[in-house]
Amino acid sequence: MNITGQEVIDFLIKVGIIIIKIAVVLGIALLHVAYATYFERKVIGHMQVRLGPMRVGPHGLLQPIADGIKLFFKEDILPANADKPVFYLAPVIFMASAMVNLSVIPFTKNFVIANLNVGLLFIFAIAGLGVYGIFISGWASNSKYSFIGGLRSSAQVISYEVAMGLSLVGVMVMAGSLNLTDIVKAQRDSPWGMFIIPQIVGFIVFTIAAVAETNRAPFDLPEAESELVAGYFVEYSGFRFALFFLGEYTAMLIISSIAAVCFLGGWTIPWYITKALPFLSHVPGIVWFLLKVYLFIFLYYWLRATLPRYRYDQLMAIGWKILIPVALANIVVTGLVKILL
Amino acid sequence: MGQVEKILETRELNVNMGPQHPATHGVLRLVLDIDGETVVKVTPYVGYLHRGIEKLGENLTYFQALPLTDRMDYIASMTNNIGYVNAVERLFGIEAPERAKFIRTMVGEMARISSHLLWIATHALDIGAMTVFLYAFREREWLLGLFEMICGARLTVTYPRIGGVRNDVSQEFLDSLYKFTDEFPSRILDYETLIDQNRIWLKRTKGIGVISAEEAINWGLTGPTLRGSGVLYDVRKHTPYDAYDKVDFDVPIGTEGDTYDRYRCRMLEFRQSNRIIRQCIEKLPNGPIMADAPKFTLPPKDYILKDMEHLISQFILITKGPAVPEGEIYVATEVPKGELGFYFVSDGSGRPYRMRVRAPSFVHASVLPRLCVGHLVADVIANIGTIDIVLGECDR
Repeated sequence: MNITGQEVIDFLIKVGIIIIKIAVVLGIALLHVAYATYFERKVIGHMQVRLGPMRVGPHGLLQPIADGIKLFFKEDILPANADKPVFYLAPVIFMASAMVNLSVIPFTKNFVIANLNVGLLFIFAIAGLGVYGIFISGWASNSKYSFIGGLRSSAQVISYEVAMGLSLVGVMVMAGSLNLTDIVKAQRDSPWGMFIIPQIVGFIVFTIAAVAETNRAPFDLPEAESELVAGYFVEYSGFRFALFFLGEYTAMLIISSIAAVCFLGGWTIPWYITKALPFLSHVPGIVWFLLKVYLFIFLYYWLRATLPRYRYDQLMAIGWKILIPVALANIVVTGLVKILL
Repeated sequence: MGQVEKILETRELNVNMGPQHPATHGVLRLVLDIDGETVVKVTPYVGYLHRGIEKLGENLTYFQALPLTDRMDYIASMTNNIGYVNAVERLFGIEAPERAKFIRTMVGEMARISSHLLWIATHALDIGAMTVFLYAFREREWLLGLFEMICGARLTVTYPRIGGVRNDVSQEFLDSLYKFTDEFPSRILDYETLIDQNRIWLKRTKGIGVISAEEAINWGLTGPTLRGSGVLYDVRKHTPYDAYDKVDFDVPIGTEGDTYDRYRCRMLEFRQSNRIIRQCIEKLPNGPIMADAPKFTLPPKDYILKDMEHLISQFILITKGPAVPEGEIYVATEVPKGELGFYFVSDGSGRPYRMRVRAPSFVHASVLPRLCVGHLVADVIANIGTIDIVLGECDR
């Protein structure tokens, strides 16, 4: 072993850069999550002929901050019969598993915290851990409502993870890689510009599964307000509740980012658009990325304002009887086309 | 200690739903035994909002008990008042003048629309369609504003009086109400665009809470809950009161007796009520608004302030009550929830010997176990919505 001083300095610089990147990403992501709630309330408000938040700051712009401060200073209630350590652990698992995924998302060219060669798999592995947060929170609260909510959610997330994973196999086959940056590059170089065009079936399956995976309407059964009051986090209050809330919105951000990266071309735009309108090539990649992410998030809100809620058995039937077979067929067709051409 | 052999077994989970729960429409308490997601047993408990209105009525004169009826079905208090005054008028043997009858019919149908609006709002919200809720509340707000215009109160109106109505309606009110009836049919379409043909809505309501016509009659269901099963029974049509025999309207009925049919029935009733209101405005006759029966109706306020005879008459009527003939009477009216009946036993004094209210919500709450058992937890919510109960009326 022969380590020179120069190598140590290089290593420290690398670590320093990563730490700075993490800080930047976490800070920006949390701000986005906070303002995603504001965005949601405004969008749904206007869809429902009302204004949404208007009081705190101009047009209610400071509302998310006020909410955050309120939740932070609220009393942290521990139910008498709760399993204390597990009860405390659950929101942390939920939030952390959502946050870790930010590390592999390529936000723009050369800006990714960890450029893993199995990025997509990593995301699924970590997202799968989030279920533990949900399930243990339901179990540890020692309340029947949260228990049913936790059970429902685990069953739902596990079954829809299968459909979501399968829907992305088509993308992997076309890109020939699991690395998210490579997937974006493959789209840039492909004749279609983005994978949504050849993989439209995969995209539809992905979108439906994504809504179910993040427990959003019309698949928001685990927290079905009218049935289970609030579902698995019914016993949580104050900042622990905020962690669940943040985790849910971070998960939405992650899923939307995956949709943007895997189907919509990430930070790139299709070559035919830049050819038709050359000035668009000067727009920074992060703008396109955020635009795509917010488009997907808007879809979430739109669905929530429009649709009623599915029943538990109907939800399971859609997952297993429709989405998974369709996703499998999509894989077979994609594979055949790939071999034949 | 010998070794105890433990047999693993499954048992039903016992969930207490309510009295404080977002979907039980007030303070209904259901104890559910669930096996997984399937409901095995439902036990409704009522009485959390019991205020003893029937007993209070026995200690008040007929005039004084009228405001109590507002507090029963507070969502459509106007129809409760109408039910009460109709029963008392029949007991007294007096009749309201034509104009008052038309006004009552008109405001009664307004109350029906506002009650059904609240029903569609909460029913849709329970099933998860939250936008319908806010759309419906927009129109309900409009109607409550009209109630305020007519009598100054929005919810507990106490507008009808024994022998007529409290005050005449202004032309300004009639104009704004007519404008409402012009606009309202297009608003119904707004709600229907969102849910009527929505696949999720159909999946959640079709074939849920099915009850056959015969069974529905045996359970004592009334109103749209009964008509959804295909039974053509409407008090307004079969034993008309007020001006219902002078207006033209249809009674929509369903075929399957499921949640969707009951939903369709109420959506069609919106349109019929709208039609009735329009006819009432168009046909509204001129004339007095209180019956000419000084022994049974309170004299007008300005007379009381001016001369002695009316003041004495009012004093006697309020403190002692009118001289009511002995006997008993049951009069039913059609309120938005179903058939609301008032039963009075009179012993000849100014106060009823017994006042009994046949509340549709109470009867409907009893059918919940029949509708829910064997379905899933989510269907319990749909079923609570579809029978359209209000606990103020159920518990009285």
